[in-house]
Amino acid sequence: MSTRLKAFLPLLAAPLLALVMAFAVTSLVLLIAGDPVMLVWQTILSRPDARNVVNVINSGAVLYLSGIAAAIGFRMKLFNIGVDGQYRIAAFVAAWVAGEAWLPGLANTALALVSAVLVGSLWAGIAGVLRVTRGVHEVISTIMLNFIATFLVAYLLRKVAITEGNQIGTKPVPEGSRIPGLQLIPGAPDDIYGLVLLAVVVGVAYGVVLSRTRFGFELRATGQSPSAAMASGISVKKMTVVAMLLSGGVAGLIGMPLLFGEYYSYGVTFQPGLGFAGIAVALLGRNHPVGVALGAVLFAYLDEQGNKLQIFANVSPELVLIIQGVIVMSVVIAYEAVQRYVLRLEERMVGASVGEGDDVGPPPGHDETQEARS
Amino acid sequence: MTVILGPDRTVATAPARFWTWPRLLAAFVATLVAVAIMRAVTGADEIFTSGTLRTTVAAAVPIGLAGLGGLWSERSGVINIGLEGMMILGTWGAGYGGYVWGPWGAVVLGAFCGALGGLLHALATVTFGVDHIVSGVAINIIALGVAQYLAALTFTGLPQAGPTQSPPIPNLPDVTLPVISDAALWLERQGWFALSELGSLVAAVTSNVSALTVLCLLLFVATSYLLWRTPFGLRLRSCGENPVAAESLGLNVYRYKYVAITVSGALAGLGGAFLAIVAAGIYRDGQTGGRGYIGLASMIFGNWRPSGVVAGAGVFGYTETLGLRSGPTSVHALLLLLGVALAVLSIWQLTRRRTIVSGIAMALALLVIWVYLVTDTVPNEFTSLTPYVTTLLVLSLAAQRLRPPAAIGGRYRRGEAV
Repeated sequence: MSTRLKAFLPLLAAPLLALVMAFAVTSLVLLIAGDPVMLVWQTILSRPDARNVVNVINSGAVLYLSGIAAAIGFRMKLFNIGVDGQYRIAAFVAAWVAGEAWLPGLANTALALVSAVLVGSLWAGIAGVLRVTRGVHEVISTIMLNFIATFLVAYLLRKVAITEGNQIGTKPVPEGSRIPGLQLIPGAPDDIYGLVLLAVVVGVAYGVVLSRTRFGFELRATGQSPSAAMASGISVKKMTVVAMLLSGGVAGLIGMPLLFGEYYSYGVTFQPGLGFAGIAVALLGRNHPVGVALGAVLFAYLDEQGNKLQIFANVSPELVLIIQGVIVMSVVIAYEAVQRYVLRLEERMVGASVGEGDDVGPPPGHDETQEARS
Repeated sequence: MTVILGPDRTVATAPARFWTWPRLLAAFVATLVAVAIMRAVTGADEIFTSGTLRTTVAAAVPIGLAGLGGLWSERSGVINIGLEGMMILGTWGAGYGGYVWGPWGAVVLGAFCGALGGLLHALATVTFGVDHIVSGVAINIIALGVAQYLAALTFTGLPQAGPTQSPPIPNLPDVTLPVISDAALWLERQGWFALSELGSLVAAVTSNVSALTVLCLLLFVATSYLLWRTPFGLRLRSCGENPVAAESLGLNVYRYKYVAITVSGALAGLGGAFLAIVAAGIYRDGQTGGRGYIGLASMIFGNWRPSGVVAGAGVFGYTETLGLRSGPTSVHALLLLLGVALAVLSIWQLTRRRTIVSGIAMALALLVIWVYLVTDTVPNEFTSLTPYVTTLLVLSLAAQRLRPPAAIGGRYRRGEAV
């Protein structure tokens, strides 16, 4: 087995194992509950229509932004649970700015996007600053900030909102500042949000910055060992704050495709819960730009197909939450299990190559052994 | 991967006990007097009536139970952010158990469902060594799905129920201490400075208290005793402080962690059951409203001690209640208290030469008092966000004084020395 393949094996085996586990657990739940197991899977795995494909791409892109926002923190071992609050407060401010239309046309859109990023990163930055100056753990501070964001947005919305029909919301984004949709899927009634491209840009930037720049290296180094990072001259405090700011900035973008492509204003019906889904997606994709994309598409696909469950199988669509949760849980368990198995395999191979009975002294590093073998 | 909730502190010192009985009594009297002055100055009587306090207890119990659950888990070294999910499982369990077996069935099934959630967390974190926060997040997703799926499955078509809510759960009996309750209510009505406040407090805890509330308060006492006064508790806490040392003494660390996390889930589930049985009388989708997270916060707020959890849950319950009972004026009155408290804190910090903290506290104090003077009421939304801002403030002012279990969030494998 080549070294590359061996490194790749756990990456591939764990998600597959997780899918099998999720399939088994969900089937078991359905069996115990007395729901039609086969019909449920047939519905979920049925061929999606053009309409469904568009929805999967749209919500997948939004989930991807959310996933990347969480992943930036995770790479630093920072648990930014506050993605949810950050995207909602940022979406509100962006909708307000865009609705006021101080600038004409797309300049207005750009201003709104910038303000979303700024507000998102400022909101996350509070947690970052509290962490480095006051030692408040970011899990708790971001949870508190989520709640605070909810009530703050409700209050501010009441202050600036206009009533449309029987719902209140910010002033609608003027026609000229909206982003037209892309008609990529033939035969679909809806368009793909123009700002789906935002997800592509963010994804590429995340990948490049993380693996090709000094900053990305420092970020990963700090995440893996703060003490080693500090010893090599990286300011852990600075990195913590910067990572939170970046994470919040991306979180600020989550609502933008929705705002400029579908809702055109921020009201009480603006899609909730995207932040927590993003955390799950980031965990699923192991914070890798491509992995998170796969996770986001998988979650969006399950959500979309789950909507059919009530009609075709008479099963409540919340079943999808169970499937998603079990996938997240099993993917981390499977990764752990596969890693342990590979480690044991390597130990055995090292033992075989070094020679039986010669177990005195520290075991040689993996790389040396592999070089010696090849 | 090491995640430490709170500041990094490796050296544990045993400070002299600060809260001795005389000091506790003095603080208690001072609080009563402060509240009495507040009521006299601001005219916001609702801030300390037996009704408000009784609602506070009812609001604080579920949060406190979640916090107590977090305490069990974290004392054994495992972060439990899945409390919210375990609570959600508890609400469904109470809804279904209440329908099938009546109120006590609701209590038992609620706690049992929560314990199952805890068991899953134990399986993932202890047996498979998954990161604690990751597992907790996954449990929150799964639990939400399971509860809503099961609710739709079991409650659809039942009388007075639907896919998102259960039939009414028969209520548990209320407990009233006959003579003391009447005397306290009489004292409350007299309007005597500070004495009436004492009456309100006593009346709130002696009249019309749900039997489940009493049971839950006993659980706090039992936890205190079990974890700090028995060999079992010492061993369990040692798993959270130094699992390798505990292992070297022959403890089965895995088993202790399993027990602790399962109990943790059961307590959170009981908190959910309390919400369904006592607070609402019904299971409803989304009933917990993030109280599991608040419970976790109240535990950290309470420095990983049962008495601290009670205090933390009390603060959350009190501010939540004030928001509901003539919120705008009551919270407005509370601003004055907050302002004065911050000013006192500022002066105290100044005497200890912590000028920066002192300055921040004084600036906040002036800001709060200024807001108090220029406004008459506080908008409802601000009333609701009071507890969260309070938590953030308290944590940012006191996080350095907190001492989490030393090995919390750490990865422990049997036979692998760190």
